Order: sequence, then C-alpha cells, then structure tokens
Amino acid sequence: MTEKLVIIGNGMAPGRMLEHLLEKAPGHYQVTIFNAEPRVNYDRIMLSPVLSGEKDYEQIIIHGDGWYIKHGITLYKGHRIVAIDRDARTVTSDHGVTESYDKLVIATGSVPFIIPVPGNTLPGVITYRDLDDVQAMLLAAQSREKAVVIGGGLLGLEAAAGLAGRGMDVTVLHVMPTLMDRQLDPAAGYLLQKELEGRGIKIVCKANTKAIVGSGKVEGIELDDGRIIPATLVVMAVGIRPSVGLAKEAGLAVNRGIVVDHGMQTSDGSILALGECAEVAGQVYGLVAPLYEMARVAASHLAGDRSAGFVHSDTPTKLKVTGIELFSLGDFADGDDREEIVLRDASAGVYKRLVLKENRIIGTVLYGETSDGAWFNDLKKKAVDIAEMRETLIFGQAYQGGAPLDPMAAVAALPDDAEICGCNGVCKGRIVSTITDKGLTSLDDVRAHTKASASCGSCTGLVEQLMTLTLGESYNPAAVQPMCGCTDLGHDDVRRLIKAKKLKTIPAVMQELEWKTSCGCAKCRPALNYYLVCDWPDEYADDYQSRFINERVHANIQKDGTYSVVPRMWGGVTNAGELRAIADVVDKFEIPLVKVTGGQRIDLLGIEKEDLPAVWADLGKAGFVSGQAYAKGLRTVKTCVGSDWCRFGTQDSTGLGIKIEKFMWGSWTPAKLKLAVSGCPRNCAEATCKDIGVICVDSGFEIHFAGAAGLDIKGTEVLGLVRTEGEAMEHIVALTQMYREQARYLERIYKWAKRIGLEEIRRQIIGDADKRKAYYDRFVFSQKFAQVDPWSERVSGKDKHEFKPMATVGYNQAAE
Amino acid sequence: MDRTWIAIGTIADIPLRGARCVKTPQGKVAVFRTAENEVFAIEDHCPHRGGPLSQGIVHAKAVTCPLHNWVISLETGKALGADEGAVKTIPLRNDDGALFIALESLMMAAE
Repeated sequence: MTEKLVIIGNGMAPGRMLEHLLEKAPGHYQVTIFNAEPRVNYDRIMLSPVLSGEKDYEQIIIHGDGWYIKHGITLYKGHRIVAIDRDARTVTSDHGVTESYDKLVIATGSVPFIIPVPGNTLPGVITYRDLDDVQAMLLAAQSREKAVVIGGGLLGLEAAAGLAGRGMDVTVLHVMPTLMDRQLDPAAGYLLQKELEGRGIKIVCKANTKAIVGSGKVEGIELDDGRIIPATLVVMAVGIRPSVGLAKEAGLAVNRGIVVDHGMQTSDGSILALGECAEVAGQVYGLVAPLYEMARVAASHLAGDRSAGFVHSDTPTKLKVTGIELFSLGDFADGDDREEIVLRDASAGVYKRLVLKENRIIGTVLYGETSDGAWFNDLKKKAVDIAEMRETLIFGQAYQGGAPLDPMAAVAALPDDAEICGCNGVCKGRIVSTITDKGLTSLDDVRAHTKASASCGSCTGLVEQLMTLTLGESYNPAAVQPMCGCTDLGHDDVRRLIKAKKLKTIPAVMQELEWKTSCGCAKCRPALNYYLVCDWPDEYADDYQSRFINERVHANIQKDGTYSVVPRMWGGVTNAGELRAIADVVDKFEIPLVKVTGGQRIDLLGIEKEDLPAVWADLGKAGFVSGQAYAKGLRTVKTCVGSDWCRFGTQDSTGLGIKIEKFMWGSWTPAKLKLAVSGCPRNCAEATCKDIGVICVDSGFEIHFAGAAGLDIKGTEVLGLVRTEGEAMEHIVALTQMYREQARYLERIYKWAKRIGLEEIRRQIIGDADKRKAYYDRFVFSQKFAQVDPWSERVSGKDKHEFKPMATVGYNQAAE
Repeated sequence: MDRTWIAIGTIADIPLRGARCVKTPQGKVAVFRTAENEVFAIEDHCPHRGGPLSQGIVHAKAVTCPLHNWVISLETGKALGADEGAVKTIPLRNDDGALFIALESLMMAAE
C-alpha cells in the first residue's frame, strides 16, 4: 500500500534520504516536499565556489526538476510550512496548501545566527546561508567597495575570500584570538591569517562588534574599543542555530535541536527529523557527513528496516579557498594525558600536528600540505597503535617502511575500507570496484555512480589518483575536458584545428582528428556542424542529420511530441493584419494554446508535426517568416516604444531594434542569442539581462553584453558608449561575430565572456577599429548564406519526408 | 510461428542517419537507417518520458532522445549509459531495400 510521506525542507539531507528511500522501497511512498526556497535541491557546500566564480548554480544542482518528475515527487517550491496539525496529520504552507501525511519528515535545517547589536537589520547586512545570499553578495561586490565579514570561521573565511576575489576590500572580524579556533590550533590559525592577509584581506581578531552604523543603509561597523570600520556590505557568519520553531509549536520535544532517537524519530511516532535541525544524543551537526548518515538511517526506518542507528563520528574539516591547504580532525586541545608530534617548515608554510593519547591519534591539524589527511583519518578511526612508526609518523604514509613512496603509492597503500570521500562516506574499495565493474573512465562518471567527490569536491585529487591507479596511465586528469566520448580533444582544440587544417566536412574532421567512433554522437555532431557553418559559410553544406530536431523542423518540440511555432515579429511590433492571420491559423488548425513569450512574440503551441508545413504556408501568406525561436542563433530583439511615443525616450529604440533584427536574423550562434533595446535608462525592454543589450541615452547608445536571466541571473557588462545608430550596429555585429568564432558550442555569451575576459573583448571590439571592421565584414559575408526563411523553403517542398509518416499500417488488418 | 510481414516502404524513404515513423493501431513505430545502411525498428516512445525517438539524432547503432538526451540502442531497445529502461524492438525485414515489419497484435487481429 502506498503511504503518504511529506517532507518539510529540501536541503541536502532530505535529498539524500530520498535517494536511499527510492532505492530501498521504491513506490512505497507518495512523496510531497515543501521547500521554503524557490528552487530544487542543490549542493550548499559549493556556495563558496559559486561566490568565487569557480562554479555556477547549474553545476551545483543535485536534483534537477527532471529528477522530481521522474520519481513522481511533488515539490512545492517557495512554500514555507506554517503549521503542523499532529492530530489531523496535516501540514499547511504559507500559500494555503494543506497536505496530509502518514509519515512526516522535518528537515528545516538551520538559520544563521544574527548577533544582537543595534543596526543589525539595516539594508546591506546579510547572512551566508543560501543561494539568495550569494546572489546578494555578488550584486554588492559589483560596487568594488568595502565589505566586513563578522566571523572568522569556515563560512566567514570562505565568504571573505570570495568577496575579495570579486574585487571588494574585505575586513574579517573575529571575536577569538585566532581564526577558525574551533578547528585549528593557534599556530595553524596564525599561518592561515598570514596567508589571507597576503591576499589583501584584513583580519581583526579579538574584535567585539558593538553596533552596525548607518542611516538607511549600512555605512560601517563600530567595535567596542571605539574603532569604526567603514563598509557597504556586512556579512554575518558567526554560526547557525537549528531551525526548530515549527517543531516547537507543534509540541514536539525540542532542546537545542529537535530531539530524535538514534533512528531519527521525534517524540511523535509518525514524525522524523533529520539534518541540521535534529539533535541526536545531545548533539547537533552542521557538516555534511553526519547529516548524510542521518539520511541513510532515516531512509532505512521509513523503508521498514529499524535496525539502522545513527553513530557519531568525527568529521574532518577542510577550508574551500583555492590555494589554501588545510585539514583538521578530532580533538587537539592540550591535556596532561596527551602527547603531540609537531612538524614546522616555516619557509614552505607547512605545519603539521598530531595529538596522541595512549599511542593512538585523536586529533590532527595539517596546514600547507594535507595529502596525508586521509591516512591519519584512517589511523584515528581504527585506533591503530602507532608506537612502531612513531619516529616517522608525522612525515606521512610515504615514509613508513623506510623509503619514501610516490603519492600514487600512498594511495595504493591505503586499505580498501579507507574513507576517501568524507561527505558521502565512500571508501576506497567501493570506488575502485565501481570503476572496474561499470567501466567508468571519467571523473563525472565516478561522481554519478559512487557520489565520491560529488559534494564539497575536496577529495577530487584522491579520487583522480584512484582512477589513475585503477585505469592506468590512460587516465590523465590534467587533460582538457574532451568534447564528448568520441574524441580526446576539447572544443577549443577542435575549433583551432578546423581552421588550421582547413577541414570543411564532418567526416573530414572525424578522419583528420582521429574520432574514436564511426559517426560521432548527439553531443559532438551538432557542435561540429555549427563550427563548420560558422567557419566556412560559403563552402560548408549544412548536415541536416547533425542538427537537433528543433533546428531540423524549424519548430520547438514539446513534451508530448507536438511542436510550437513562433512567427517573427520584428522588434516585437505587429499589426491588425498579422494578428488576424494568426487568429485564422489558430482556428483552422485548432491550435490549443496561444501564448505571448518573454521576447515579445506570439507562440502557437500544440501543433502536430504533419500540420507544420500547412501552418507555415498560411502564416507565410500574411508575410510572416520563421521567428527562429528554436535556434542556437539570433532569437529576438525586444524593444520598448522609445522616442516615438514615450515621454522619457531618448532615441528610437523600436526602430533600432527592428534594424538590428533585420540585419542579424538567420545567423547561427554557439548558443541562443537574445537582444533588447531600451529607449532610456528606465530600461523597459530589460536590456541589462540580455546576451546583448542597448540602453539609449541622450548622448547616444550604451552597449551592454553578457547578461543572463535563466539558470543564472546576471546583469550585463558595459561594452562602451557610441554616438550613432550606425556605430551601435557595427559594435553589436562585431561582438556577435567574435562570439561566433570563439565560443564553444552551447556556451552562452556571458560564460564565454567570463572565460576569455571582458577586457580582451573590449580591447578587440572598442579599442581596435580594424579588428572590429574585420569581424563586422565576416558577419556580413556569412549572412549572405544564412538569411533564407526556412519556413518558405519547407512550404515549397524541402525535407518533405520529415513531415509525413513513412507508412500507415495495420488499420485494415485490424478491421478485418 | 509464421510472421505476417507488412510492407512499409523502401530504405530510400529514410534519410541516412535518420528516421521515419510508421503509424500503427498500437502507436507509432520508429524506423531508423544508420550511416552503415542498417535498418532498425523500435517503438517510437522513449522509456524515460515517452519522447518521440524518431525525432532524435542517430549515431552508430543508437539514437539520442530529443526530450532529455537518453541514448537508446537500436539493436536491443535498451537505454545506454547510466540510465535504465527499454523500448520494444520491432521485427524488421529488409529485402534488397524493401522494408517490412511484423506486429504481434496485428497478426492476432488478422487471424
């Protein structure tokens, strides 16, 4: 029988619990999740790399929307549960949704601690907890002004390093005498402080915040010694508190966290709690490994196996700041019954300390060189008597047995049950056997199948060494990410070689560049087709079968196999005749949905494939051409009404938008390209989140680029200000061509720009008139071959086979 | 048991590295032609979310579903890679380019 399972919270712990539960008891529960955050389950540990720019949001998603659909899980995003009715067994969200449960899991996580000082609610004071906080920090960092981070622990230092990397002037205030005092001893804390100061981050220890000052917004921080530190952004990272309000109101036993037994059960037999909000044996947890252990236990109990119990274990801590090697584990306080072994190498910036009790390791601090962390962790876990190797213990595993071993040998020497990935509790044996059994060859595969290195990523080096060990020299982690499994070459190499070797067909590329498959795959073929179209516009014959279905049939495939059709409306302008023609087509073909898009177009959805040519024929008669809403190419140019109508308009934004669209339609680009032109800085056409945008001002046209408003939200960067429409056109076109020639397939302009650098783009497009003109000319040349309306081509019979079934069979036989 | 073979057209009707659909009372059948001129027929219904496999990109003896990029073997109907699932393969006969398929329930209806 199916029972109803409701989960409050959609963080990493309940996400992992569901993975286990789906494996152990598939179909046993009908699952509903309420997530106060308006998004799917993502890897919170990786927020720091997002802040520093090493990763983006889509790379840290654990479960995409598809995962919930695939498993029939209902996810309410942005719904905060406001009440639990334990008698009726229901929960109710702030949007008024009520759901009944047989089993309820509370995973409300924690809330950041806000220090109770005056001014702590001023705008500009934020915490560091979720993606919204990161986005707020990224926005603030654009000002390049001063930031203060309160809290010199793990989170605070990662926030500080991220903000400093983004160009802010950062000061860290820490109340204790040394940084990360809960994980590091004073010596390592001192080394860390020196390193961070060397990177331009100011550190003030023993700093007690008295007040946050400012009128209307943050202007600075006042310490209790009277010092004022100016800041426009204050990040509070002083710790977290289990979020227990809801459980308390529901009358559950609550201490520091929600009290649960070793099976994660609360004081109510139908309710479990896990994650940062749960308190087990008097302890609450904040690191991912124990939370994942809770997830495993909770899933077992929900699946009916009551034997599993949560066991406490120490978790190693690492700081995720690029270039800082730091490892901390267990207990390292001084004590009469303890001994220690210390190694310092000041010039190399290395500090290692082992704390021993009765010849067993109970604590470890490594700074500057941490490769033996896993080994020390293993020794501690197994309580190995180290008396025999005491003399050389601190030098690490490589020095045991007399001769130094290379790092590979160190990994090879680890026992099978040595833990490699602390976050996910994956041991060496499991990784090696999965690599062998499933024939895995890439790090991504290993992450997908074992979860090792899939959370914080700090064990990636170890996992890669294991891969080299298992797969031999054929695995080279330093190599460029290949385009796909068909080649070892990366996108950039392939693009370079296509030009250098004058390769002009897909078979030529595959032959010359030694493709490993006979005819490529669905990843490399569309990419190669684009590169060849872009590089040899006049000579290359487009390979129809290497295009994704949408570009093959010039419409957008929908989930039910029908298509949507978007006619081009230049600059978003239409008229009565066009609307009448659309209305007639909708009636004639009984089109189920007509929808206005975000790019100012009309979308006709639910059209059967066989009807497409007839729909296009009718639209064509009214003067419509394809809106290419399906293309990795120029999509739309969105406009506002501009100086013709608007009392604020400074230029004819509608007219410029139409000119740009008429000039650029039909061009293929690495990924979709959306433009907008706003007639004044009020920006009604929302040009500052587009791939390329124009803001008209009295003195001319401000050209923007590299915005995003999808998975990522990012304001545009300014390319420059030009005086005339003609100049605006030349700059926009040249920028587009530079992007066309350099980006990797499916790489949006903002990612390309980030990769090659905004300054380089400005140098070539603004600073070098000859280069700009050359780009412009190459774009104009390629447009000669690209501006053909694909709809009218197909109306006149091209690719006829595509729209008809090959045969219709069986109906006669069945009728007989 | 003898199969009833139903003519569906010729190999030339299908583009190289492409596919066509055949409509049957049991739903659509996708007929594929690989770069090597082999021909395969499978249900036109991805085991994942029911995407029309005939609309996917054909590579070697596999097709990538247009909806969520599952890769399905044309020979076995099974999902390749880390995904699990399978579609029915449909018996297909190629007589010098003339193509025939056999449908089980059709045979029953015809009896």
